[in-house]
Amino acid sequence: MADPIKVVKIPIHLDFQVLAGRDYARFLTAIAEGRFVGRRCPSCKKVYVPPRGACPTCAVVMGEEVPVADRGCVTTFCVVNVPYEGQTMKLPYVYASNLLDGADIPFPHLITGIEAKDVRMGLRVKADWLPAAERKPTMESVRWFTPTGEPDAPYDSYKDHL
Amino acid sequence: MKHVLVGAMGTEMIAPYVLEYTYRRSVGPVLGRFLAALREARVEGARTHSGKVIVPPTEYDPDSGEAVADMVEVGQVGVVTAWAWMGEPMRNQPLDKPFAWALVKLDGADTAMLHAVDAGSPERMASGMRVRIRWRQQREGSIRDIECFEPEAA
Repeated sequence: MADPIKVVKIPIHLDFQVLAGRDYARFLTAIAEGRFVGRRCPSCKKVYVPPRGACPTCAVVMGEEVPVADRGCVTTFCVVNVPYEGQTMKLPYVYASNLLDGADIPFPHLITGIEAKDVRMGLRVKADWLPAAERKPTMESVRWFTPTGEPDAPYDSYKDHL
Repeated sequence: MKHVLVGAMGTEMIAPYVLEYTYRRSVGPVLGRFLAALREARVEGARTHSGKVIVPPTEYDPDSGEAVADMVEVGQVGVVTAWAWMGEPMRNQPLDKPFAWALVKLDGADTAMLHAVDAGSPERMASGMRVRIRWRQQREGSIRDIECFEPEAA
């Protein structure tokens, strides 16, 4: 018989249609307008960004929508050094959990405008928006977060949001 | 994620999202031989030390854990042991018209293998019916070298 087969291709392909839902749609609509919104839980009073219909900890219907600043501080972060399939960013790059002013839950996004080795907890950052005419209801409207130059936020101001 | 604004109120947002992995995997000597045989329009199974023939072959006897003894050729016709009708085929499935998923125990094998049966309608499917392999014209050493099974009577 001929040679055995050594390698086979087993591609996986899943086609989804993702429904944003009411809260995420409102969030993305605000993003297209150049602002962040969250919702506050009537029980624990925390502001979640992005907003969602129910509080994940209290399991109650979320309360009022609240505006959230497009700036805040870096809480935890990671420096990506290892290339991977589908990678678009140049290495190394930094992905951080950013606690926006007015929010209780950090928002994940890229950090640029600073060397990876200089990123630190408490670094004050702000969103870098696409020009208004180019913004759409997608997170791609916020390119990344960059340092504001303000003094670092004190640890006490974000230690309960890690 | 691209966005599309739909819905009567203009508030629903739906976006397509494709999750894709272009996996390649090494198959090892047993599956490598099974797939090479498919390319030659033959089916081989693994025979265990207890004499059981497993199709598609495994490297180890699932009952004892021992390595299998050797590979043997099995028949090209077999019996449907179970089946389920696929009325609306999805992309990349064996056939693009309605078909039956079936477990087929080929003559000489002690286990059944999963494939598709081009029966035409669910009324023509029955456990116990005999089906034979329809080979693909161009074969490359893949389970898809078997295009599907068809009723032996056809």
